[in-house]
Formats: sequence, structure tokens, C-alpha cells
Amino acid sequence: MTGAEKQILDEGGIERVLARIAHEILERNQGTSNLALIGIRTRGVFLAERLQKKLFEIENKEVPVGILDITLYRDDLSEVGPKPEVHETNIPFDLKGKAVILVDDVLFTGRTIRAALDAVIDLGRPKVIRLAVLVDRGHRELPIKADYVGKNIPTSLQDRVTIHLKETDGVDEAVISGGSKV
Amino acid sequence: MTQTAKTQWTQKDLLGLRDLSVAEIELILDTAKSFSEVSQREVKKVPVLRGKTVVNLFLEPSTRTRVSFELAEKRLSADSIGMASGGSSMTKGESLWDTIANIEALKVDIIVMRHGSSGAPHRISNYTKCGVVNAGDGINEHPTQALLDMFTLREIKGKIKGLKVVFVGDILHSRVARSNIWGLTKLGAEVVICGPKTLIPWGIEELGVKVIHDVKKAIDGADAVTLLRIQMERQNETLFPSIREYASTYGMNTELFKYAKPDAILMHPGPVNRGVEIESALADSPQSYILKQVTNGIAVRMAVLYLLSGAMKNEK
Amino acid sequence: MKNKLNGQSVKNLIIRNAHIVDPANKIDEVMDLHVKSHRIVKWGKDLAAEDAEILDAKKLHLLPGLVDLHVHFREPGYEHKETIESGAQAAIAGGFVACVTMPNTKPACDNAQVVKYQMERANVLNFNIFPSGTLTQGREGKKISEMAEMKDAGAVAVTDDGGWVMDSGVARRAYEYAATYGLPIMSHAEDHSISVNGVMNEGIVSSQLGLRGAPNAAEDIATARDIELVRLIKCHLHFSHVSTRGAVEMIRRAKAEGLPITAEATPHHIALTDVEFVKYDTFYKMNPPLRNEKDREAILRGLEDGTIDAIATDHAPHALEEKDRDIEVAPFGTIGLESAFGVIMTELFHGRKWKLEDIVRKMSLTPAEIIKKSNFGRLKTGEQANFILVDTEKDWVFAEEHVHSRSFNSCFYGKRLKGKVLHTFVKGYQYAL
Repeated sequence: MTGAEKQILDEGGIERVLARIAHEILERNQGTSNLALIGIRTRGVFLAERLQKKLFEIENKEVPVGILDITLYRDDLSEVGPKPEVHETNIPFDLKGKAVILVDDVLFTGRTIRAALDAVIDLGRPKVIRLAVLVDRGHRELPIKADYVGKNIPTSLQDRVTIHLKETDGVDEAVISGGSKV
Repeated sequence: MTQTAKTQWTQKDLLGLRDLSVAEIELILDTAKSFSEVSQREVKKVPVLRGKTVVNLFLEPSTRTRVSFELAEKRLSADSIGMASGGSSMTKGESLWDTIANIEALKVDIIVMRHGSSGAPHRISNYTKCGVVNAGDGINEHPTQALLDMFTLREIKGKIKGLKVVFVGDILHSRVARSNIWGLTKLGAEVVICGPKTLIPWGIEELGVKVIHDVKKAIDGADAVTLLRIQMERQNETLFPSIREYASTYGMNTELFKYAKPDAILMHPGPVNRGVEIESALADSPQSYILKQVTNGIAVRMAVLYLLSGAMKNEK
Repeated sequence: MKNKLNGQSVKNLIIRNAHIVDPANKIDEVMDLHVKSHRIVKWGKDLAAEDAEILDAKKLHLLPGLVDLHVHFREPGYEHKETIESGAQAAIAGGFVACVTMPNTKPACDNAQVVKYQMERANVLNFNIFPSGTLTQGREGKKISEMAEMKDAGAVAVTDDGGWVMDSGVARRAYEYAATYGLPIMSHAEDHSISVNGVMNEGIVSSQLGLRGAPNAAEDIATARDIELVRLIKCHLHFSHVSTRGAVEMIRRAKAEGLPITAEATPHHIALTDVEFVKYDTFYKMNPPLRNEKDREAILRGLEDGTIDAIATDHAPHALEEKDRDIEVAPFGTIGLESAFGVIMTELFHGRKWKLEDIVRKMSLTPAEIIKKSNFGRLKTGEQANFILVDTEKDWVFAEEHVHSRSFNSCFYGKRLKGKVLHTFVKGYQYAL
């Protein structure tokens, strides 16, 4: 499966992009007050934790991080077939009045984010919800747009965009692999 | 998107733990862990079974199990309706097949079924496309109760393998004990059965359990003790001389419970006969997890309904 | 709907080149057999007869018609399960030419009127029914029934069948009374106080399935008592559908002592064990229940050493809606007439290398001797044609289409069988199957 892979972000690239997003968040939110990060399982969680670290480095303030499992809100659950594994959601803070930054690795059709929005709203009523993604690869199927984008990458529908992170994969990189193999 | 391929649930029904693999039992327990968070939310509801219909067909009296299933269904956003039968015709099973055919004609997705006859859900499952969840059949199995017992054990003890779990009381009529025996032995627990011979089914040792009649010896070093209800309504033959003698020989109390490990937990599938199988003070002690079991029951039932909802054969 | 089997009146027929196996006449060779005006004229090599039709039976075996010591034809009273007509059809389809009907009808067959009624019905239908009467009035286990009159009317045995007489005092008197008239007592040995809640055999499988069991002890205790009564009375007692290893052993010892005891076993106890219950299918709910493998092996040994004399079906039809009830309340019983020969051929002839002669003894000759019907169980010149033509090698799978009983509750569906009855001749009528 590694045949037609192309790296689009390396370790340094991811690092720089996250640093930039952290700055953008702070600028837009005017500091860390009321700010909260919610990572979407699996890799969004690690990205959220990294953003938390960056924010701390800049502002010396701890922004709370929550973990969101969107499985129960997926729009394909009514299809017949074995059900996807459900993992725990853990939001250890009150969402009320918070400026929530949803964090995910790749923005594609927008369906995951739709599910995440429903899930967050079921858990409480934040003041605003914004979206931060490492990579936006286009091909949206819902009217959803990211507020903070690490890198825009034009892709074909058949392409696969995969983010590898040290926490799960041992390496930091974003790769694109051609899906249109003959 | 790259989820590791673990066990997937492919069965249409949950009929008993006898038919489940270790991986399937663990999948239910793991899934239940994720669902237990939902019941702690302010809005205790997720849209997982939106548009699915669940019928709770309770052909034998039940309060706890029925309420637990109903809450689980509602928290999953399923449309659920209850059908109970106090009437004699259905408890005799004469029109059960017709009942099921009627339910199916209503385009129902899952039938949760409590029945007084062993094997009734197994027989029904072959005749319906609906998923069937056994909520207790005769003296055979009560899988969700055993799963919630195991879930509770795992939650408190962190594991099941190697634990010594003791069941005291009427094993003969206990579908709870039978399901627990299947499940716990599969997951590697040491299961001990305790009661007079009249309340223990013939050859139960063959299922991999130890039978010890002396209650002190039975619970010696136990990690968990489950007391089973003396089911007065099932006694159509003399199996022990009197409640008094039963309470004095097999009834659990604080003194007796000291024979178990210091951190042993006490469980009971309810409803509790205080003063018969358990002393009141012990039932209310910190070692008693009876109410924790009730809470966990909802998560376990949510997990089961969620997993089953993918495997239904309901063609649209 | 089932096809009705229509018998053709045999006017003048020569069956050519059939391998006749008839142990009573010590025949075991390929011969011809001549039937004229419903009666057997003779058998021999190269028979010739003017104007006779010819039935080429090359590669087929001709055996005396099968005799079943234990069937439930339900008439009068339970015609929704079976009638004497549908029961006779089932019997013919299975190669049986005579059946002993059990008296648990409604009203019970406890008087000469019911015996006569059943025999007359069979007579009209050109079938041989030998009713058994009850031991006690209404099968209530209290008062002795009118056995002398029943015997005069044609009853061949007495039994309360499923209602084994629990009161040993009553049993003693009833057995003595039966012995007075030379009526064999058929005993469904079961101590009901022990088997009371049992749905199936009590054992590992019942414990696994969460079903209450009836232990072997229920049959063993009853068998032991009946043997003691035989020792006391010296009556001819026949144990119906023996199912436990304990009972086999007790009967073996009693026979060795010379007590006048005979016994039968059913095809389902010969072929199946309690593990069949795993799907909670009430078609496997019978009484006595399917036991475990040790019991099954004991039955096989008992059959082979002569402890068990006969094979009887215990054909027990029940309507589907009755069998579909909860497993605890669904009635006991399986039909057995249509499948019996195939099952026995598969299990014993092919499976355990029995000789065809042994099959004839267990399913025809000895049963006829037990009810003292010397015209059955053997070929007899001048008597009505009651025999069957069978293909010992025919492979088939038992299915609903083979059932002619009014009820479908068979425990043998889907079973691969080897050996099948192709023609049944009853009272001079030929049924091609």
C-alpha cells in the first residue's frame, strides 16, 4: 500500500502548522479565556493535546482538553452490518459558555464534523464551536468549513490522505496515496 | 478511519452466553464501558437507534429487567413499546408464534423477550428476522444479567480471569447463575456453586464449576459472592424444609461474609429477600454492589442493543 | 396435502426373483412367490401360473410384513392428531401390516366396545389392528378394567401405557387378573413421582440447556418393581420402549432367571441421544426421553444379545399447534411408522452389520409371537398376503413428504437413510410406495 505514497507534511511541517494554528486561535479568541479543546477520536485527540501544549507555551495557561467519540452520532449507523466499535467520550469540563475548538486530523466530506457538532451540543451549550484541522482535502458533502486549517491539499476522490502521529504510528507525517491504481 | 480489525458482532440475536465466544463477550463488555458514560450526561440520550423499533415482550412478570431495558432503549433513541401478558393463553405459549408474526408484521427491529419457558427465544429466533434479545427464559439463561454482573466485577476488580466467584442459593431455578457460569468460566474465573443438593442441577460440575455444600468452605477466599433469590413461586416440590432452615444454613450475614477475601464484593440479581438469603446490614454495607449492578445494567443493555442493531436481517 | 395410498386388490400375481427372508420358515434365497385372490398360494423357484401378472423383484428382498407392538392411533377422541385411517396409511407407508394400538384414547380403550370399534374401523380399511386395552378403568390406576370381555373382543394385551400404575397393590391385582386371561401386560415403566417435572433426560445436556430432567431412575425403579411382580405372579410382562441401561441390565438378569418377560426398544432410542435437544425442538420431546450414549449402547447390546426382543415405534402423533407450545407443556412423542424401517436398516443392518433375518425377527416375527398372532411374522400359504418388498440399498433422506400420518412430529427429518420399503402387501392389497 506504500507504493504511490507521497509525503505532504513532515514532522517539522506538522510542528509549524500546529504552532500557527495555536497563534491563530489565541488571536481570534483574544487569549485562552473560556477556551476548550475537544479532540475527535482517534488522532484529533493527540492533535488537541499538542495544541494544548503549544497554547501553554505561548500563554502559560492550561486549556482543558476533552475527548469525543462520534461513533454514536454517525449517519451510517442504520446500515446493515457489524457496528463500529464505540469508545468512551470524556469531556471533563462544563461546556456551558465555552469557546470550543473541535480538533480533527483530516477534513473530507464533513460528515464526521456534523456528527461531532451534534455530539457536543448534546453534552452542553458552548458559546461558540470552531473547527481546527491539520489537513483539508476538499470534497465536502455538507456545508461545513474549517476555521483553522493546517494545510489545504487538493486531492482526487480516490486519493487517500493519512496522518501518522508519533502517539499512534511512531512518526509524524501526512501522506497522500493515489487511490486510482490500475 | 484506520480502525484495527477486532472482533465484530455478527449475530442477529443474543440468546445466551452458552453460544458466545470469549471475544464476543469481551466486545459487549468493552462496548458497555463506552455506553456507561451516556447515563452520566445531563442529556442521557444518543441517536444510535433512531428510527428503530424495539418491542419488549415480557410474558413473565418482571419489573427490574423490563425497566432497565426500556431505559436502555430510550437512551439509544429507539422507539420502544412494551407488551406484557398476564393472560393465561400467552403464558401457556399457545399463541406465541402468532404473537411473533404479528410483531414482525409491525416492522419491528428487535424483540426483547422474557419467557417462562426455557429455550423459547431460541425457538422464536429461527422464525423471525427481528433480532431477539433473551431477557430471561425459564430456568435456562438471563444473558444480560450475567453480562452486567461480569461488567461490575471487571469494573471493581479490573479483571475476571483468576477471580473466585461464588454463587449461593437456588442454582436449579436460576437462569442468572447458569448464564454467569457460562460467561465466567469462559473468561477464566473460578466458579463455585453452593447450596443444598436439591437446589443444584444434576451434573453441573461438567460445566466447569466446583460444587461445595458447606457455605463457609465455599466462600473461603472468594473475590465475589453472588446470592441468588429463593424463588418461592417456583417451588412446586419440596426442595428444602423451611425458609427458616434455609436462612440459617445458607443465608449470608456480616460474620459469614468474613470468610471471603477482605475486599470481596457482594452481588445479588434482585429482588432481595432481606432476612432470607441476605442479612439486611450486609445488603447495605459498602461491600454490597447490588445498586451498582442495577446502574451497570443499563449500559450493558445499551451495548447489546447497539451491537445487535447492525446484524438484523430486516430487509427494507 | 398427502397423497392417499391406494391399495390394489391382488387377483393373480407372481413376484419374480425376490430374495425371500423368512426366518420362521427358514427361507433365505431368491425365489418366486404367487399370490392369488389376496392369498399366498406358494413360493418356490420358477413358478408358473396362467394369466398371472408378473412383478419383477430382482435385487429386492421380500420380508414378512412388519408388526408394531406400540402405536397411538388416537381414535376415538383425538382425531385431530390421528385416525385409524391415517394411522393405517402411515403404517402401510412404513411397511407395517399390523399394529397394536395403545388404549389412551378418549374414552380410554377400557371396555369391549372401544376394542370392537377400533377393530371394525381397521377391518373396513383393510388393515390389521390389534388393540390393547387398559389395565385399569379410565387409566386411572385404581380399578381393574374389564379384561375378559376386552380379550373376547380382540384385545391382545393390556396396558395403561403412559399412565404406569403407581400403586403397587393395584398393579399386583391387575397383573394377576390379566394373567388369568393370558393377556400380556405391556409396561411403560415410569415412576411419575420422580419424572414429574422432566422435559427431557436428566443429565449433562439438561443441565446445559436449563431444562428439568427425568432421570433414568424413574424407569429403573418402575422396571425393578414390575420384575418383582412378575416373580410373584409369573405373568407375561412386556416392557415397552426400554430406554435406560439400568432397565436393560435388570431385564437381562430377569430373563436369565427364566421369568416370562419380553421387551421392546424404539428406533429413536436406537438412533438418537439427548444431545438432539440442543435446539429446544419439541419434536425431540418424547417419553421415555432420549437418553445418553451409554444408554443407547446398552439398548444396542440388549437387542443383540436377545434381552430386547422387539423393535416398536411408539408412533405418537401430535398436532403442530400442540407441539409448538412451550417446551415444558408440549406433549411427549414422535411419529415413527414411516421412518422406522429406514432408520433400523441404516443403524443396524448397515451400521452394525445385522443380518436381514435379525431385522425380520425384531420387527415382525417376535412382535407377532408376543401377541400370539401366528399368521404374522412369517409367510403362510393360504393366508392373506401380508409382506413387503424392500430395497436394502436405497439411499433416501427422510422428509415431510414421506409422512402419511395426520401429524408431522417426526424426530428424523433430514436423516440420511439406507434401505426402504417399496411395496407393502396388506390383506392381499398391494401398495406401491
